[in-house]
Amino acid sequence: MQNLVKPQKEFEENQLYAAQQNKQPPKKEKKSKIKQQLKYIKNNYILYLLILPAIILTIIFKYIPMYGALIAFKDFSPMKGILGSEWVGLKHFTAFLTSPNFLAIFMNTLKLSSFELLLGFPIPIILALMLNQIRRAKAKKNIQLVLYAPHFISVVVISGMVFLFLSPTGPINVILTNVFGTSFSFMSDPDSFRSIYITSGIWQGAGWASIIYVAALANVDPQLHDAATIDGASLLQRIIHIELPVLKPVMAVLFILAAGGIMAIGFEKAYLLQTSMNLPTSEIIPTYVYKRGLLAGDYSFATAVGLFNAVINVGLLIFVNQVVKKLNEGEGLI
Amino acid sequence: MNHSRNDRILLIINRVLLTIIVLVVLIPLLYVLLASFLQPNALLNKGFNISLSDWSLDGYKRIFSDNTILRGFVNSIIYAGGFTIVSVVVSVLAGYTLSQEGLVGKKTIMVFFLVTMFFNGGLVPTYLLVRDLGMLNTMWAIILPNAISVWFIILARTYFKAIPNELKEAAKIDGASDFKIFLKIILPLSKPIIFVLALYAFIGQWNAYFDAMIYLEDQELYPLQLVLRSILIQNEVQPGMIGDQMARAEMQRISEMIKYSSIVIASLPLLIMYPFFQKYFEKGVMVGSLK
Repeated sequence: MQNLVKPQKEFEENQLYAAQQNKQPPKKEKKSKIKQQLKYIKNNYILYLLILPAIILTIIFKYIPMYGALIAFKDFSPMKGILGSEWVGLKHFTAFLTSPNFLAIFMNTLKLSSFELLLGFPIPIILALMLNQIRRAKAKKNIQLVLYAPHFISVVVISGMVFLFLSPTGPINVILTNVFGTSFSFMSDPDSFRSIYITSGIWQGAGWASIIYVAALANVDPQLHDAATIDGASLLQRIIHIELPVLKPVMAVLFILAAGGIMAIGFEKAYLLQTSMNLPTSEIIPTYVYKRGLLAGDYSFATAVGLFNAVINVGLLIFVNQVVKKLNEGEGLI
Repeated sequence: MNHSRNDRILLIINRVLLTIIVLVVLIPLLYVLLASFLQPNALLNKGFNISLSDWSLDGYKRIFSDNTILRGFVNSIIYAGGFTIVSVVVSVLAGYTLSQEGLVGKKTIMVFFLVTMFFNGGLVPTYLLVRDLGMLNTMWAIILPNAISVWFIILARTYFKAIPNELKEAAKIDGASDFKIFLKIILPLSKPIIFVLALYAFIGQWNAYFDAMIYLEDQELYPLQLVLRSILIQNEVQPGMIGDQMARAEMQRISEMIKYSSIVIASLPLLIMYPFFQKYFEKGVMVGSLK
């Protein structure tokens, strides 16, 4: 318990506080740190009780599966259990790395997510800068209302809309037929998969992702703009020299987080947009893990693939963090 | 503010571009809405010449003639509701403890949680665990494994930290226990954060399909998103919706109509409600970014 400096008017309470303190044995200060800490825990056990459910859930559903990931190094058989199954070392990792699918799946994952990052990252920033130029608050709010809306649509519905719009009889193909006289089977074309995935992602997410930048821009002191205008700075100059520097720290943090998640690309939409025809580009590590692991029951192998992915991910996060630190005057995330 | 001529041109371009962007976002949504009320392909064949005779509620009637979507709705409310309660209660409690200054072991506990943001056992081990716990094909498989969110705990902690310490100290002096302080003083002040977290949790779970897909086998238990997946992606329109035997082309047209209608039914509630909650969502994004 720390001694707080109390204002005078709380004098009475202060005395009570002191009385409470006095009840404790005077030798307290001489006790070792550990004993002090134990005393804190004893006095505040309710705090620890409050956090207990979170800790229990985390141990069960996050840490036990980490232990379960050991089966990546074993030939897991449900009969023998995790401990009883036989150790096989790196067998499953080698099997994945030397399999004919490996390079394609790995590159698919890398390409899909890095293209998504490179194309998707700047758009919310540009959107925020554009929104920031709308001076009428009401108009700005209405635009934002529309731009955020797709964020609330589920991934199943977005994918369903993609299928409907791009189907041979859907609106896009009807327009194509009327204008160019040809139609195109988008969903069975491997070369279109990434564009479809990324475009629909930007359509759904860019508006929502701009919120954080819009808020950062709202903190820019208007006097800075006025002063710069008086000095003859054009709008573009003011955006580059006043507004972009304000956004830079936010950009750095978000970029590290996004780049660190490059190999952790979402399973959900890729799996929905997969057709048997576009598999050459749409099969990514997470969908592969799902199919091999849960559909085919190849538990150990799929776990090894997932683990391989996770290790690359953490490596990437650390690497990108270092790079951004260098570019951003020593300011990184970790 | 005086703008130079160039600036004015730039501002006009900006407005035009933003208008185009708004249209790009809006048109697909309006198209789906309109198509759901029209005879199949009326919009495409007739364009702006659609007439009143093209209106049809057939898609909606067919959806409600079969109870699959309705059952999905009810299931989704149960799963999302249960998930929200567990997730919010657990994170708010944890966030409160972690917001305490001088908490012994705070750093260790934070690391304990943060580790799970970067490392996890992966899909298969988690699935095997849920299976071994006997939760397959029960609502607990949806509610419990992902109920704990480090992100939520951090959001709650940030919020509690901003509550003035004097309030707690004063109550402590009056002899209130930690638990009483939490219940009587902190919780009433925490309605905004609880609301934000509940919104996030509910919508996240409402829109998710993956856990349900891997953990639920029984079609009766399917949440709305899985029902939608079978209709929209797997092209499995429920037999009850089609009714009598029909020519294949006719079936194709009808199933397209059902798809549009089911998109509207599934998405409209959230899209209508979200403007009322917009400021809370934005608040959530902001609190989180402060860390």
